[in-house]
Amino acid sequence: MILLQLVHPHMDRSRANRAMLDAISDVPGLLVNDLYEHYPDFYIDRAREQELLCSADLVIFQFPIYWYAAPALLKQWQEMVLLSGFAHGKGGDALQGKRLFTAVTTGQPFESYSGSLSTIDELLSPYCRTAIHCGMKYLPPFVVHNVDAMSDIDIVEQAKRYREQVVTTYEQMHAGTL
Amino acid sequence: MDEYSILANAVIYLTAAVVAVPISKHLGLGSVLGYLIGGVIIGPWGLGLIDNVESIIHFAEFGVVLLMFLIGLELHPKRLWELKRPILLLGGGQMILTSIAITAVGILLGLSLQTAVIVALALSLSSTAIALQSLTEKNLMATHAGGSAFSVLLFQDIAVIPILALITLLGVGDGIVDDGNTLFSVVKLVAVIAAIIIGGHYLTRPIFRIIANTKLREIFTAFALLLVIAIALLVESVGLSMAMGSFLAGVLLADSEFRHELEAEIEPFKGLLLGLFFIAVGMSIDIGLLLQQPFVVLGLVVSLVVIKLAILMLLAKREGIPASQQYLFSFMLCQGGEFAFVLFTLAISEGAIEPGLADLLVGVVALSMLITPLLLLFYDRYISRQHLHLDDHMATEEITQQEHAVMIVGFGRFGRVVGRLLHANGFPTTILDHDPEQIAEARRYGYEVFYGDSTRHDLLKAAGADKAELIIICLDGPEMSLQVIEQIQKHFPHLKILARAYGMGHAFEMRKLGVTLIERELLESGLALGETALKNLGYGAYQAKQAAHLFRRHDRSLFEKLYSADEKEKHVTIYREAREEIRQILEADEEEIKSKASNDWR
Repeated sequence: MILLQLVHPHMDRSRANRAMLDAISDVPGLLVNDLYEHYPDFYIDRAREQELLCSADLVIFQFPIYWYAAPALLKQWQEMVLLSGFAHGKGGDALQGKRLFTAVTTGQPFESYSGSLSTIDELLSPYCRTAIHCGMKYLPPFVVHNVDAMSDIDIVEQAKRYREQVVTTYEQMHAGTL
Repeated sequence: MDEYSILANAVIYLTAAVVAVPISKHLGLGSVLGYLIGGVIIGPWGLGLIDNVESIIHFAEFGVVLLMFLIGLELHPKRLWELKRPILLLGGGQMILTSIAITAVGILLGLSLQTAVIVALALSLSSTAIALQSLTEKNLMATHAGGSAFSVLLFQDIAVIPILALITLLGVGDGIVDDGNTLFSVVKLVAVIAAIIIGGHYLTRPIFRIIANTKLREIFTAFALLLVIAIALLVESVGLSMAMGSFLAGVLLADSEFRHELEAEIEPFKGLLLGLFFIAVGMSIDIGLLLQQPFVVLGLVVSLVVIKLAILMLLAKREGIPASQQYLFSFMLCQGGEFAFVLFTLAISEGAIEPGLADLLVGVVALSMLITPLLLLFYDRYISRQHLHLDDHMATEEITQQEHAVMIVGFGRFGRVVGRLLHANGFPTTILDHDPEQIAEARRYGYEVFYGDSTRHDLLKAAGADKAELIIICLDGPEMSLQVIEQIQKHFPHLKILARAYGMGHAFEMRKLGVTLIERELLESGLALGETALKNLGYGAYQAKQAAHLFRRHDRSLFEKLYSADEKEKHVTIYREAREEIRQILEADEEEIKSKASNDWR
């Protein structure tokens, strides 16, 4: 199963994340878990989230980059769900061997995340470290830059690319090549 | 009576009340018994300070009229309609069965059928004054027994009218009423009631508004009294009892926005006049007669109370009143009523009863009134506890010193939520409630709940108030919670008070007393349901949650703003301003959301 952890506080105003979600919603085996919809009060149902994680082979964190990081609820989710004894530490092997990647959008062009400034990979490094710490395999992220300036047609184009990445990744996992 | 003697009499009455009632209250006997005993002491058979008892009784009966008006104010017509079953079944059952039983006893004792029926009808009535005063004093109106007792009293008040007619008919004088007259008086009665209903609905509101706008409090008081007295007299002139009329007026004004002000204005008059009434009853107890034939009088009193009790218990059982409250219901209504005085007086003048017998029976009724507070005391001390399976040492006055840091006062729908949350988090609490039914239920689930009137500081102390840290007031009676707060502040200043408020106005009152940790009882649940509504209108869960948070914050600052606003202003204008302000806030909200949408999050 693919578990899509959608983390966007204002899906009603979203263009890119909305288009991305629409593009993959009919992928077989995909389960969309909208965190802001389920936990508007930031009180996360740990048992439910752990159960979802256990039944997933591939986990995707989809979110807009905001102030150079994920929306606050994702951090809260990590703190409340990825506990020692479940995701790491003694006896914490529930996530062993699962795959994780992030799908992110940014409001600024690629150049803002290059040169002497932090790159996207550097900004996303907490998720890489998290995956490794939990015994998961961290896969390359899906990134769309500059969505503020993007035309609707381009956004749809990027959403298609997103779908391809999700489907291919899942197929490769089943073929045993990833 | 010259001016001087009026004032001198006033001094005597007021002294009797001021001395006897606090002592009686302190001894746990309740205020009614205090007044009655005070009356006996100053009356012709005590110190003999007052004579002319009858005219006093007649004047003081107006206290009952005001009481009925206040009761009416609490009862919306809809609620009254819901009570029609207990009114007819319980009230009707009580009057019919009691009258039959007493008639039978009367005939056995050698009365004629005609006299026996009149005596029986008069004695089957209970004392509205005593029963309602005790019910409100103990805050038991909302219990099953309280509501049922009220229904019975209401039926009796209505029944007085046909009984009066019947006495006239049974009287020796030419009691046959002319048919044309009857028709005319029925038409008059209907016309007056219609006038009251229509006037009450359409006229009082604008008049009240004009009067409130004068901002002269005494004029408002004067108008409130004028309204009640005028309606009472008007109704009496067409043959209804004044109490019925004022009750009707109260019901009509129950949904008026001036209800609370009316209540506040009438309340002290009611209290004093009712007190005077009880004093007068105490004075009218003919101790001489009692001493002359003590066994006859006592025998009659006991028989009267026993017959009434037996029938009331039977009805209570049939009506499904919970076992613990059947006694309460019966004790409330087992005495003779003040209408008996009126009926006997009329019966003498109509020649339907011998004066000697009537005097004897008036004494019996007055003594039976004296018994009621004693029976209620007995109920408080022994029966209510027995039904809760309380050990003696856990009972009201001697609750074993609880070491719990938290006390909850009031364990109804609201208090239970608070209690459960604390319980679930391992904080043992001491709980006080005055509704036996509520307590039995909670005890079944392992809560430590105690029965008692939490406005009494000695009871609070017995429950451990001097050792506790927090006291959470979850009562549903706004008046009562203010009383409890005052008691706590006076006797246990170290206690931190958390309070449930009825609404903004009530929260203001609490704030004035210095309480800051206040929750308005419906704010949070209203916001929660509003949030759900937003979600169902297409808001995302997070967006709806944020909207509710925002609204809560605005509402709290609105509260602060209004609280610091001029408190002398009438509530009406405050609420009108509040509405205006909410509109401004809502507009501000909208703009804020729009402005946010234009730059952030997409």
